[in-house]
Amino acid sequence: MAILDIYLLEALINGVLLGGVLALLSLGLNLIFGVIDVVWICYAELIMLGMYAMYFLYVVYHVPIGVAAVICIAAVGVLGMLLHLLVIAPLLGAAPINQLLATGGVLFFLQSAATVLFGIEFKNLGLRLPVLKLSEMFISYSRLLAFAAALIGMGLVYLLLTRTYTGTAIRAIAQDRQIMTLMGVDSRRIYVVTSAIGGGLAGLAACLLVLQYDVHPFVGLSFGPITFLICVLGGLGNFAGGLVAAFVFAEIISLGGLYLDLEWGYVFAFVFFIVMMFARPEGLMARRS
Amino acid sequence: MTRPLAWIAGATLVALPFVYTAAYPMHILIIILIWSFAYTSWSMMGRFGLVSLGHGGFMGVGAYVTALLWNHKGITPWIGIPVALLAAALLAVLVAYPCFRFRIIGHYFALVTLALSGIVLQVITATRDQTGGSLGYTPERYQGASSLYALQFGTKTTWYLIALGIWAAGIYVWYRVDRSMMRYALEAISEDEDGAAAAGVHVTAEKLKITVLSAMMTALAGALYCQYQMFISPDTVSGISISLQMVFAVVVGGIYVSLGPTVGAVITILLAEVLRISFGTRAVGWDNLVYGVLLVLFIVFLPKGILGSLLALRRPGRGRPALHA
Amino acid sequence: MLELRSVRAGYGSFQALFDVSLEVRHGEAVGVIGPNGAGKTTLMRVISGLIRPTGGSLVMEGVDLLATPAHRIVELGIAHVPESRRLFPRMTVEDNLRMGGFMPAARPKFARRVEFVYELFPRLRERRRQLAGTMSGGEQQMCAIGRALMSDPKLLLLDEPSAGLAPVIVEQVFDLVKRIRAGGLNVLIVEQNVQQVLRVVDRAYLLKAGSIRAAGTAAELLESQTIREAYLGV
Repeated sequence: MAILDIYLLEALINGVLLGGVLALLSLGLNLIFGVIDVVWICYAELIMLGMYAMYFLYVVYHVPIGVAAVICIAAVGVLGMLLHLLVIAPLLGAAPINQLLATGGVLFFLQSAATVLFGIEFKNLGLRLPVLKLSEMFISYSRLLAFAAALIGMGLVYLLLTRTYTGTAIRAIAQDRQIMTLMGVDSRRIYVVTSAIGGGLAGLAACLLVLQYDVHPFVGLSFGPITFLICVLGGLGNFAGGLVAAFVFAEIISLGGLYLDLEWGYVFAFVFFIVMMFARPEGLMARRS
Repeated sequence: MTRPLAWIAGATLVALPFVYTAAYPMHILIIILIWSFAYTSWSMMGRFGLVSLGHGGFMGVGAYVTALLWNHKGITPWIGIPVALLAAALLAVLVAYPCFRFRIIGHYFALVTLALSGIVLQVITATRDQTGGSLGYTPERYQGASSLYALQFGTKTTWYLIALGIWAAGIYVWYRVDRSMMRYALEAISEDEDGAAAAGVHVTAEKLKITVLSAMMTALAGALYCQYQMFISPDTVSGISISLQMVFAVVVGGIYVSLGPTVGAVITILLAEVLRISFGTRAVGWDNLVYGVLLVLFIVFLPKGILGSLLALRRPGRGRPALHA
Repeated sequence: MLELRSVRAGYGSFQALFDVSLEVRHGEAVGVIGPNGAGKTTLMRVISGLIRPTGGSLVMEGVDLLATPAHRIVELGIAHVPESRRLFPRMTVEDNLRMGGFMPAARPKFARRVEFVYELFPRLRERRRQLAGTMSGGEQQMCAIGRALMSDPKLLLLDEPSAGLAPVIVEQVFDLVKRIRAGGLNVLIVEQNVQQVLRVVDRAYLLKAGSIRAAGTAAELLESQTIREAYLGV
């Protein structure tokens, strides 16, 4: 194969792997929006905290990585619940913009808290995972692992949503909020559970991202905006649409990064988004508005 | 404000720098004026339910385009600033037009604009060779302290008067829009878009007009900030934090009132300064942390903003609920 | 069994119910008839807890409904089939039924209850994996009633079951109500369609502009002049 084709294929594969993690992110955001009708603008900052948690658990306290991951997921899950109980729940009746702003305030708060607590230097897990060689292509093991874990995570959420009563109630509440009490569902509890799941997904994403990227207080800015674009393009609250959009964006970022700096990949993604708005204004597979 | 009172206040403001020349308070006043102008620009859109979380992007464009044209091409800010405004207007149309045309509103619109400011920040970082990236960028000094050509001035007094003038112009524009047909069209649109369209309002055109106006004014604020501070960096003039700051300040001060954004600027900037001073160099970030907590509390407990809540107390029914996007 | 006394309710500053008193005794099927906008749906919502009344008392088998949180009212044995069905459109029929059996006491009985519902509505069994939103109006009504039955209720509240359905289907729906009734379930139906509902219930009330104007057995009301006047506005 010609050299260029190898790089292209490598970029395509990396795009798919990246797509898995982005899909995980969009799932969390869509879940929260679909059920509670709120957008957690600070979602990427929750992930940032999870990444720090992983750093401290693994590098500073020498907790085995598997255990650290479980703790991280649980911790960010709890964080999600707290976010809901302290900030979102009091504002459930308020104008949507106030809810957005409140989570924006939390974003600000979390970034500052991280700066105060951990400083602004970049921190790294220091894990050097092997790189696989697939007929002249180099695929990093950490990316494969991230992809697999993301798929498993999403699979678990799928099972939860379809096989349990709580999961079914979560799906139901997203479709008709008002009649839930008729069936004995306490909406507030469902919101809390959903927030915990959303947080847990963020925690999982943190584990996966920290394998590949350094953590610093503003790392959320690297993938936050992209996640929002993915969810908007896929249709806010539309899980399938978000999935598709995630992989499309991931490919664009990966291919863009092939020839230019990584940041340009994001720019291309945004341009693509604008173009898509003209081509398919209702979002890729939109259902909700 | 009653007429004579307004005139007295105005005269006081203008005379101030000639009577009171301490550098630090002057600096704070100038900063407050520049940001008040930026916040007022945002509120031109925000008051009609067009909540943009991406105005940081426009400010960044205003600042960086002006500085880059000056440093790389030697183009005077007198030309550079209009070019920057044009660039911001173009960006606004590019993003806002598809949004409005395809009825992307509310949450969706907020998120798209949020992404916009994020992307502008990414572009600035990506072009680090030209823009200095996250390390920041300095416009070059031109032949000594003050120059009209380079729009660089050594004395705080001059800057104060310029900032005051621009701020006043911003308030004036606010009033002009408030009294224009555009205001009623946009209010109708924010209540019921379909109804407005049925009544003959060109929804997309009206929304686009106010967006472009708002974007250009915000870019001007960015350019001014650049010329005054003589140093810009992605986090101080663009990005999500700046965008959010704008919205917060206006919500705190009161979104439907002409001086609301200014009140918001005064409160938030003074607060930030107080925090910065009391926490000092001992702990970086503490000031922002307290700031963030206070802002969340504000949203939860005072959704009408300070000015709005006070007005509502004075004239019941006058203060509308914060935003009904 | 269910007793309402002087219930007042409304939406914001608009009052919809004025001192409504009625009761459903054990073994009965009761109807509430009345013209459009009479407050019938509001009445149903007050009973099932969707809205809170501003005054009066509601008691179900000795339990004060006002003291019960809305999501626990179904545990008292009250199941509400809302106006316009309100199925979960993008969930399957079976998932909709499952939601009907959400309350903890109903979950162990799921297999038996779902079997019961499928016996009653064979067409639902055929369509168990179909998305509820893609079914016809009549099928949706069956599914909605089935969903309410999943919690093994003592009292079934039916809100305008005939709304939006073709006359032939309406006939079928009310036949079904008769069968459910025959199985021992108490029913409270609010309806605009006087003929249909009066052949299914024992007693009925006439609700107009938020107040009870008349009450009596089904036979009495069928003949009554008051009814005609209420509907024709004479």
